[in-house]
Amino acid sequence: MNAIDQTLALAWRSLVQVRRNPWELGDYSIQPILFLVLFLFVFGGAIAGSPENYLAFVLPGVIVMNMLFVTVYVGHGLNTDLTRGVFDRFRALPIPRWAPLAGRILADVVKQLLCIALLLIVGFLLGFRLETSWAHLLAMVALVLSFAVAFSWVMVLVGVIARDPEHVQLFGFTALFPVTFVSSAFVPVDTMPTWLQGFVQANPVSLLAEAARALMNADGPALQPALWSLAWALGIAGVFAPLSVYALNRRLARG
Amino acid sequence: MDNAIEVQGLVRDFAATRAVDGVDLRVPTGQVLGLLGPNGAGKTTVVRMLATLLAPTAGTARVGGFDVAREAARVREIIGLTGQYASVDEKLTGRENLILIARLLGLKRADARARADALLADFSLQEAGRRPAQTYSGGMRRRLDLAASLVGRPRILFLDEPSTGLDPRARRDLWERVRQLQAAGTTVLLTTQYLEEADALADSIVVLDQGRVIAEGTAAELKARVGARSLYVTVADPATSDRAAGIVTGLAGRPAQVEGAQISAPVQDAGLLPAVLRRLDDAGIEVVDLGLRGASLDDVFLSLTGRSGAGHAEPDAGEDAA
Repeated sequence: MNAIDQTLALAWRSLVQVRRNPWELGDYSIQPILFLVLFLFVFGGAIAGSPENYLAFVLPGVIVMNMLFVTVYVGHGLNTDLTRGVFDRFRALPIPRWAPLAGRILADVVKQLLCIALLLIVGFLLGFRLETSWAHLLAMVALVLSFAVAFSWVMVLVGVIARDPEHVQLFGFTALFPVTFVSSAFVPVDTMPTWLQGFVQANPVSLLAEAARALMNADGPALQPALWSLAWALGIAGVFAPLSVYALNRRLARG
Repeated sequence: MDNAIEVQGLVRDFAATRAVDGVDLRVPTGQVLGLLGPNGAGKTTVVRMLATLLAPTAGTARVGGFDVAREAARVREIIGLTGQYASVDEKLTGRENLILIARLLGLKRADARARADALLADFSLQEAGRRPAQTYSGGMRRRLDLAASLVGRPRILFLDEPSTGLDPRARRDLWERVRQLQAAGTTVLLTTQYLEEADALADSIVVLDQGRVIAEGTAAELKARVGARSLYVTVADPATSDRAAGIVTGLAGRPAQVEGAQISAPVQDAGLLPAVLRRLDDAGIEVVDLGLRGASLDDVFLSLTGRSGAGHAEPDAGEDAA
């Protein structure tokens, strides 16, 4: 049980850090609300006829987008630990090798949960009504969280490779923006040119948003996009987890 | 006597460079060993291997009787580490940092808090303990680093360049703490670029250069080889430097070095000063400045290797006689 306690202590530490990182705090609170409100009132009329009609479509999309952006902080935090020497302090302690990473990813799950809860509350205040059941909503949360944990490994790799924390953020957001926006997270795929539709439909962001939407709105089949999202999650973790561990060991062996 | 640290033929390669090239070390339990050398001598690489952060390419190292490669987990239970790279979390307060480490070492919540508070009191950080570490001064930060490495009451402590970047007062304070630890029976391996520091703290000194041990012994033994202090003379006219160097060499009994208008030579005896001044005056050489400083790493290197090693040797302002 010791290893669990140690992981929890490290997760606690990642969460305490957020208090003194106003940018990060803003990315977990102001930014998701800002995106939701902006999308809703700026694009809502054009895309769905009115913001009211757009809310049910865009809320799951913003939840997915925000989840991806929050994972950047896994890489950011890891890189900070590596460049500032905190990681070596942990490595010289009698704790399991994986505990610092596990603690960070666990903290990320907590942050993700808080962000999703916040977005749902703001969504409800703006008039969103759940068309399915609480069980479906929980399934949506579980699905988004599983994808977050898998996708964190991409950011772990970025965090290991990047020279400094600023580069993690730069690279992370630069890579995430196209993947997020060239998806059906905010706009129905049938409004896009045919040559783009193939990419959009295969994009895990689309699949995840579609699944989340179905689980919240009962507006389509949920199982198929959910399974595809999970398949993507497994694939991403299967590739990036070993790559990250390899890159980390290489970086640590450099001295 | 038991050896807390035993190192044999330790080697570490990075790509094509050999950073540590067959180092042997022995630190008897309860003693302080000073690992002295310039930047790039391999000091930090040695410490990182002993602290299980880096695997040796060849050779063996035992810390507290445990092999650093095969029994790394056991080694980690008995060591503390302070260095530029083993740092605290700047976003956490001093107290939170210490509590985190205490928790990681298996202390219960209440015990972890008590241990953190005791250490903060010990290191005069009670007030600062509530602030994020990023707001600390260099000296406070180093005290917190040291406190963090002592949470687990380590039997063996590694201090990698503990006083680099500290002002003289913070440095003396740190030295005092190292002496307290030594008095309490902790084995300490400290690396430094300053002979003065090794002299002040270490029971014995190992001089490292280009990954190899080039000298070892007590501070007294090394000084006997090097000269405890360095005499320096600044002449008014650089054209007279060489003549002045000749006079200094004759009196000091060791070759003087010339750098522009400054001449320096290792000396054993401060009593030489008046004689040097008199002889220079007799020779009609005008002297601008004359004094003694603690033998620097440069002096050690000069006398051990015949070449200048470190550019960072520190003159001891306290012994300026001129």
